[in-house]
Amino acid sequence: MSNEHGEQVTFQETRQVEQGDFATAGQIAASFKNTLKKLGVASPVIRRIAIASYEAEINLAIHSWGGTMRLIIYPDRVRLLVDDVGPGIENIDLAMQEGYSTASEEVRMLGFGAGMGMPNMKRCADAFKIESVLGKGTSISMDFNL
Amino acid sequence: MTVAQIIQAMELELLTPQTDVSREITGGCVCDLLSVVMAEGEGGMAWITVQTHLNVIAVASLHDFSCVIVSGGAAVEEETLAKAQEEGIPVLRSPHSSYKLAGQLYGLGIA
Repeated sequence: MSNEHGEQVTFQETRQVEQGDFATAGQIAASFKNTLKKLGVASPVIRRIAIASYEAEINLAIHSWGGTMRLIIYPDRVRLLVDDVGPGIENIDLAMQEGYSTASEEVRMLGFGAGMGMPNMKRCADAFKIESVLGKGTSISMDFNL
Repeated sequence: MTVAQIIQAMELELLTPQTDVSREITGGCVCDLLSVVMAEGEGGMAWITVQTHLNVIAVASLHDFSCVIVSGGAAVEEETLAKAQEEGIPVLRSPHSSYKLAGQLYGLGIA
Protein backbone atom coordinates (compact mmCIF):
# COMPACT_ATOMS: atom_id res chain seq x y z
CA MET A 1 0.00 0.00 0.00
CA SER A 2 1.23 3.54 -0.71
CA ASN A 3 -0.18 7.08 -0.63
CA GLU A 4 -0.39 9.69 -3.41
CA HIS A 5 3.28 10.63 -2.87
CA GLY A 6 4.38 7.01 -3.30
CA GLU A 7 5.12 6.64 0.42
CA GLN A 8 4.68 3.22 1.92
CA VAL A 9 1.57 2.90 4.10
CA THR A 10 1.57 0.20 6.76
CA PHE A 11 -2.10 0.43 7.57
CA GLN A 12 -5.10 2.71 7.23
CA GLU A 13 -8.55 2.88 8.70
CA THR A 14 -11.38 5.37 8.02
CA ARG A 15 -14.35 5.84 10.33
CA GLN A 16 -17.50 7.96 10.17
CA VAL A 17 -18.76 10.23 12.95
CA GLU A 18 -22.44 11.19 13.02
CA GLN A 19 -23.70 14.57 14.19
CA GLY A 20 -24.89 14.61 17.80
CA ASP A 21 -23.51 11.17 18.56
CA PHE A 22 -21.59 12.33 21.62
CA ALA A 23 -23.00 9.77 24.05
CA THR A 24 -21.13 6.96 22.31
CA ALA A 25 -18.17 9.09 21.21
CA GLY A 26 -14.87 7.52 22.11
CA GLN A 27 -15.49 4.34 20.14
CA ILE A 28 -13.31 5.44 17.25
CA ALA A 29 -10.53 6.55 19.58
CA ALA A 30 -10.78 3.14 21.28
CA SER A 31 -10.66 1.34 17.96
CA PHE A 32 -7.60 3.35 16.81
CA LYS A 33 -5.94 2.61 20.15
CA ASN A 34 -6.49 -1.13 19.70
CA THR A 35 -5.15 -1.01 16.16
CA LEU A 36 -1.98 0.80 17.29
CA LYS A 37 -1.52 -1.64 20.17
CA LYS A 38 -1.75 -4.62 17.82
CA LEU A 39 0.83 -3.02 15.53
CA GLY A 40 3.20 -2.68 18.49
CA VAL A 41 3.34 1.13 18.63
CA ALA A 42 4.94 2.42 21.87
CA SER A 43 2.39 3.25 24.56
CA PRO A 44 3.33 6.95 25.12
CA VAL A 45 2.63 7.55 21.40
CA ILE A 46 -0.61 5.53 21.57
CA ARG A 47 -1.68 7.65 24.52
CA ARG A 48 -1.16 10.89 22.59
CA ILE A 49 -2.98 9.58 19.52
CA ALA A 50 -5.86 8.27 21.66
CA ILE A 51 -6.29 11.67 23.37
CA ALA A 52 -6.18 13.56 20.06
CA SER A 53 -8.60 11.08 18.44
CA TYR A 54 -11.00 11.33 21.34
CA GLU A 55 -11.04 15.13 21.26
CA ALA A 56 -11.52 15.15 17.49
CA GLU A 57 -14.34 12.62 17.74
CA ILE A 58 -16.12 14.66 20.42
CA ASN A 59 -15.68 17.85 18.39
CA LEU A 60 -17.21 16.27 15.30
CA ALA A 61 -20.15 14.93 17.30
CA ILE A 62 -20.78 18.26 19.04
CA HIS A 63 -20.01 20.85 16.39
CA SER A 64 -20.12 19.31 12.91
CA TRP A 65 -22.86 17.85 10.74
CA GLY A 66 -20.83 14.67 10.43
CA GLY A 67 -17.38 13.76 9.26
CA THR A 68 -14.64 11.21 8.92
CA MET A 69 -11.57 10.29 10.88
CA ARG A 70 -8.74 8.53 9.12
CA LEU A 71 -5.76 6.87 10.73
CA ILE A 72 -2.82 6.32 8.39
CA ILE A 73 0.24 4.52 9.64
CA TYR A 74 3.56 5.05 7.86
CA PRO A 75 6.82 3.37 8.82
CA ASP A 76 8.04 6.60 10.54
CA ARG A 77 4.83 8.31 11.69
CA VAL A 78 1.09 8.10 12.26
CA ARG A 79 -1.17 10.60 10.57
CA LEU A 80 -4.65 11.41 11.83
CA LEU A 81 -6.90 13.21 9.34
CA VAL A 82 -10.16 14.68 10.59
CA ASP A 83 -12.55 16.11 8.01
CA ASP A 84 -16.03 17.37 8.66
CA VAL A 85 -18.92 19.01 6.92
CA GLY A 86 -20.22 21.75 9.18
CA PRO A 87 -20.38 25.39 10.14
CA GLY A 88 -16.59 25.85 10.12
CA ILE A 89 -14.63 27.78 12.74
CA GLU A 90 -14.97 31.56 12.64
CA ASN A 91 -11.80 32.38 14.51
CA ILE A 92 -9.21 29.60 14.65
CA ASP A 93 -6.91 31.55 17.02
CA LEU A 94 -9.76 31.80 19.53
CA ALA A 95 -10.66 28.13 19.09
CA MET A 96 -7.05 27.20 19.87
CA GLN A 97 -7.19 29.10 23.17
CA GLU A 98 -7.70 27.05 26.31
CA GLY A 99 -11.13 27.67 27.81
CA TYR A 100 -12.75 29.06 24.67
CA SER A 101 -15.78 27.05 23.57
CA THR A 102 -18.97 27.54 21.60
CA ALA A 103 -20.61 24.37 22.98
CA SER A 104 -24.19 24.56 24.27
CA GLU A 105 -25.12 24.59 27.94
CA GLU A 106 -26.62 21.11 27.58
CA VAL A 107 -23.36 19.70 26.27
CA ARG A 108 -21.36 21.50 28.97
CA MET A 109 -23.51 19.95 31.70
CA LEU A 110 -22.22 16.57 30.51
CA GLY A 111 -18.65 17.72 31.06
CA PHE A 112 -17.85 18.50 27.43
CA GLY A 113 -17.19 21.93 25.96
CA ALA A 114 -14.47 22.94 28.40
CA GLY A 115 -12.57 24.59 25.58
CA MET A 116 -9.71 22.12 25.96
CA GLY A 117 -10.25 19.95 22.90
CA MET A 118 -8.26 21.80 20.27
CA PRO A 119 -5.35 22.75 22.59
CA ASN A 120 -5.25 19.11 23.76
CA MET A 121 -4.99 17.91 20.16
CA LYS A 122 -2.23 20.37 19.31
CA ARG A 123 -0.27 19.49 22.45
CA CYS A 124 -0.44 15.77 21.68
CA ALA A 125 0.62 15.99 18.03
CA ASP A 126 4.14 16.51 16.69
CA ALA A 127 2.66 18.46 13.78
CA PHE A 128 -0.78 20.07 13.68
CA LYS A 129 -2.51 21.76 10.75
CA ILE A 130 -6.03 23.12 10.63
CA GLU A 131 -8.07 24.63 7.83
CA SER A 132 -11.64 25.78 8.10
CA VAL A 133 -14.12 27.32 5.69
CA LEU A 134 -17.22 28.99 7.14
CA GLY A 135 -20.37 27.16 6.14
CA LYS A 136 -18.42 24.25 4.64
CA GLY A 137 -16.36 22.51 7.27
CA THR A 138 -13.05 21.95 8.98
CA SER A 139 -10.04 19.75 8.24
CA ILE A 140 -7.36 18.87 10.73
CA SER A 141 -4.18 16.96 10.02
CA MET A 142 -2.03 15.67 12.86
CA ASP A 143 1.25 13.78 12.70
CA PHE A 144 2.74 11.67 15.46
CA ASN A 145 6.35 10.60 15.03
CA LEU A 146 7.17 6.95 15.66
CA MET B 1 -3.91 -0.61 47.40
CA THR B 2 -6.44 -2.44 45.22
CA VAL B 3 -9.94 -1.48 44.11
CA ALA B 4 -11.36 -4.20 46.41
CA GLN B 5 -9.49 -2.70 49.36
CA ILE B 6 -10.84 0.83 48.82
CA ILE B 7 -14.37 -0.56 48.38
CA GLN B 8 -14.07 -1.94 51.89
CA ALA B 9 -12.16 0.94 53.48
CA MET B 10 -14.40 3.68 52.01
CA GLU B 11 -17.65 1.68 52.14
CA LEU B 12 -18.26 2.06 48.41
CA GLU B 13 -21.03 0.39 46.50
CA LEU B 14 -19.84 -1.72 43.55
CA LEU B 15 -22.29 -1.12 40.70
CA THR B 16 -20.55 -3.46 38.26
CA PRO B 17 -20.33 -6.84 40.03
CA GLN B 18 -18.77 -8.55 37.04
CA THR B 19 -15.67 -6.36 36.85
CA ASP B 20 -12.23 -7.17 38.19
CA VAL B 21 -11.58 -5.38 41.48
CA SER B 22 -8.16 -6.86 42.13
CA ARG B 23 -6.37 -4.09 40.23
CA GLU B 24 -3.87 -1.84 41.93
CA ILE B 25 -4.79 1.87 42.13
CA THR B 26 -1.79 3.97 41.15
CA GLY B 27 -3.19 7.48 41.54
CA GLY B 28 -6.30 9.59 41.68
CA CYS B 29 -8.12 12.22 39.72
CA VAL B 30 -11.10 14.40 40.72
CA CYS B 31 -12.74 16.20 37.81
CA ASP B 32 -16.02 16.53 35.94
CA LEU B 33 -14.61 18.03 32.75
CA LEU B 34 -13.87 15.18 30.37
CA SER B 35 -11.21 17.04 28.38
CA VAL B 36 -9.25 17.78 31.54
CA VAL B 37 -9.40 14.13 32.57
CA MET B 38 -8.40 13.18 29.04
CA ALA B 39 -5.39 15.52 29.20
CA GLU B 40 -4.21 14.60 32.68
CA GLY B 41 -5.30 10.98 33.17
CA GLU B 42 -2.77 8.17 33.63
CA GLY B 43 -3.26 4.42 33.55
CA GLY B 44 -4.35 2.88 36.87
CA MET B 45 -5.96 6.03 38.29
CA ALA B 46 -9.17 6.06 40.33
CA TRP B 47 -11.42 8.78 38.91
CA ILE B 48 -13.90 10.58 41.18
CA THR B 49 -16.70 12.36 39.30
CA VAL B 50 -20.37 13.35 39.40
CA GLN B 51 -20.72 12.55 35.69
CA THR B 52 -22.54 9.28 35.04
CA HIS B 53 -23.15 9.14 31.31
CA LEU B 54 -21.74 6.69 28.80
CA ASN B 55 -18.78 8.84 27.85
CA VAL B 56 -17.28 8.53 31.32
CA ILE B 57 -16.58 4.89 30.53
CA ALA B 58 -15.04 5.82 27.16
CA VAL B 59 -12.58 8.16 28.90
CA ALA B 60 -11.85 5.68 31.72
CA SER B 61 -11.27 2.90 29.22
CA LEU B 62 -9.03 4.98 26.92
CA HIS B 63 -6.84 5.76 29.94
CA ASP B 64 -7.08 2.28 31.38
CA PHE B 65 -8.24 3.65 34.75
CA SER B 66 -8.52 1.19 37.64
CA CYS B 67 -12.04 2.40 38.57
CA VAL B 68 -14.57 5.23 38.46
CA ILE B 69 -16.03 6.49 41.74
CA VAL B 70 -19.36 8.27 41.41
CA SER B 71 -19.77 10.81 44.19
CA GLY B 72 -22.88 12.35 45.75
CA GLY B 73 -24.83 9.10 45.39
CA ALA B 74 -25.82 10.02 41.83
CA ALA B 75 -27.98 7.61 39.83
CA VAL B 76 -25.97 5.87 37.10
CA GLU B 77 -27.58 5.08 33.74
CA GLU B 78 -28.05 1.38 32.92
CA GLU B 79 -26.23 1.76 29.61
CA THR B 80 -23.23 3.27 31.41
CA LEU B 81 -23.03 0.23 33.70
CA ALA B 82 -23.47 -2.17 30.79
CA LYS B 83 -20.62 -0.47 28.94
CA ALA B 84 -18.47 -0.50 32.08
CA GLN B 85 -18.96 -4.28 32.47
CA GLU B 86 -18.10 -4.74 28.80
CA GLU B 87 -14.92 -2.65 29.12
CA GLY B 88 -14.03 -4.11 32.51
CA ILE B 89 -14.05 -0.77 34.37
CA PRO B 90 -15.36 -1.08 37.96
CA VAL B 91 -17.90 1.65 38.77
CA LEU B 92 -18.19 2.43 42.49
CA ARG B 93 -20.56 4.80 44.23
CA SER B 94 -20.64 6.75 47.48
CA PRO B 95 -23.09 9.22 49.01
CA HIS B 96 -20.14 11.46 49.97
CA SER B 97 -18.90 14.48 48.04
CA SER B 98 -15.96 14.38 45.63
CA TYR B 99 -14.00 16.47 48.12
CA LYS B 100 -14.49 13.98 50.94
CA LEU B 101 -13.79 10.95 48.74
CA ALA B 102 -10.54 12.49 47.46
CA GLY B 103 -9.50 13.12 51.06
CA GLN B 104 -10.26 9.52 51.99
CA LEU B 105 -8.29 8.15 49.04
CA TYR B 106 -5.35 10.38 49.88
CA GLY B 107 -5.55 9.28 53.50
CA LEU B 108 -5.36 5.66 52.36
CA GLY B 109 -1.99 6.41 50.79
CA ILE B 110 -3.05 6.99 47.19
CA ALA B 111 -1.26 10.23 46.34
